[in-house]
Amino acid sequence: MAVMQGKELRIVGFLCNWCSYGGADTAGVGRFAQPTDLRIVRVPCSGRINPLFILKALTSGADGVLVSGCHPRDCHYAEGNYYARRRLEVMRGLLPVLGIDPGRFEYTWVSASEGQRWQHVVEEFTKQIHALGPIGRFPDAPELASLGLGAG
Amino acid sequence: MAIEQELQAAVKAALPELDCIIGWGPGPDALRDAPLFLRDAADADVLRAGFFSVNNPALFLPEYKGRKIGVLVKGCDARSVGQLLLEGLVRREDLFVIGFPCSGVIDAGKAAALIADRCEAGELRSVREQGDSIVLEGPDGAFSLAKKDVRADKCERCLFPNAMDADLFVGEKRAPFAELDEYADLAAFEQAPLEERMAFWEKEMSRCIRCYACRDACPLCVCRDQCVAVARDPHWLSQADGIRDKLFFQIIHASHLAGRCTGCGECERACPMGIPVLLLKRALSRRVETLFAYRAGIDMQGRPPLLTFSLEEPRIKERDW
Repeated sequence: MAVMQGKELRIVGFLCNWCSYGGADTAGVGRFAQPTDLRIVRVPCSGRINPLFILKALTSGADGVLVSGCHPRDCHYAEGNYYARRRLEVMRGLLPVLGIDPGRFEYTWVSASEGQRWQHVVEEFTKQIHALGPIGRFPDAPELASLGLGAG
Repeated sequence: MAIEQELQAAVKAALPELDCIIGWGPGPDALRDAPLFLRDAADADVLRAGFFSVNNPALFLPEYKGRKIGVLVKGCDARSVGQLLLEGLVRREDLFVIGFPCSGVIDAGKAAALIADRCEAGELRSVREQGDSIVLEGPDGAFSLAKKDVRADKCERCLFPNAMDADLFVGEKRAPFAELDEYADLAAFEQAPLEERMAFWEKEMSRCIRCYACRDACPLCVCRDQCVAVARDPHWLSQADGIRDKLFFQIIHASHLAGRCTGCGECERACPMGIPVLLLKRALSRRVETLFAYRAGIDMQGRPPLLTFSLEEPRIKERDW
């Protein structure tokens, strides 16, 4: 699949090393074409993900954040994804209060063998973010803005 | 006031067994009491407890861990103590908890606005409670205000005005003003479209001076000097004077209090710029309540919800891709 029509957006993906990163790799090896908006950050486990990662990304200009880990009962470290599920689910409740559409953040489970599922998830999520469009930004610090040095 | 005298007597009786008792004494002006650390019986004469005792004395407890401490608590303070106990940040056997029925506390900002045409808070000679109103002695004579007009918002939705789990309870327990906290403030805020909510925070946070009074007043912010807000590694916040960093600190604070915040409102009260920072914490408290049926400082069975998990989460609806 070619790059989606229109401007490419910035989606940050946090993928666990053992399942989802492997799944994304499987998708690549299988040559499943995917939209190119996603930038992947590999983390040891979904339980490593501080919910602040998501908010830092979203308030710093990412248009969407996707988290993916091992399926429940399949975590490499036995229980990391269970903690992650609770934390991420709680944190999602903060987005609408901040004025960020909760659809800009999703989490899911993809195993290392599920290349096809990974492709599907990326396509769906990218479509969803394109439907929402570029994220609204909180302005830069005044000095930085005047110098044109603001991040992003 | 009778309760105050009873408390003074109770404190005098309990003091010999304890290193210190934390309560309230005369504050910076007549509308506000300040925390008071009582070490000998003579201190008890200036002890105050009532409508003006706003500060949450649970704030000081973790520092005293390992020493035998008495503490006077309102209902909300008792919830903070409960959460500290559940997390092992203080030990029950070190504490002597003295409870009393709380009829709400003053929002000094509301009161100052109501008396603005008469005088400033600092000019008041004295203030006392009288039933459902407070009587203020101003430079031009006495006048009174209804308690309900100057009461803090958190008190209107308070479900636990009587300290739970107190070693000693002085006075008659009273019924709460509210039956249920339905998070009406959040629901009203969420009537506005997303863009307006973002604009709201942009406007509110533009006043922030990054004094971190909200953090320092929070009884559950126990990292103190290790706070990530001032850490270089990880470098969550830059020194840039922008709304993004200011708001992100509030996000950090709220996220570190997810499932822990008891809604005592000290962050919002301590804010010198009047930024409604409690709202973010309440958003997460509501979330934790819906997902895990857990209210911090009240539900004392088991582990706090974010420090544990269950294999199946009946209330979490995961997306089906």
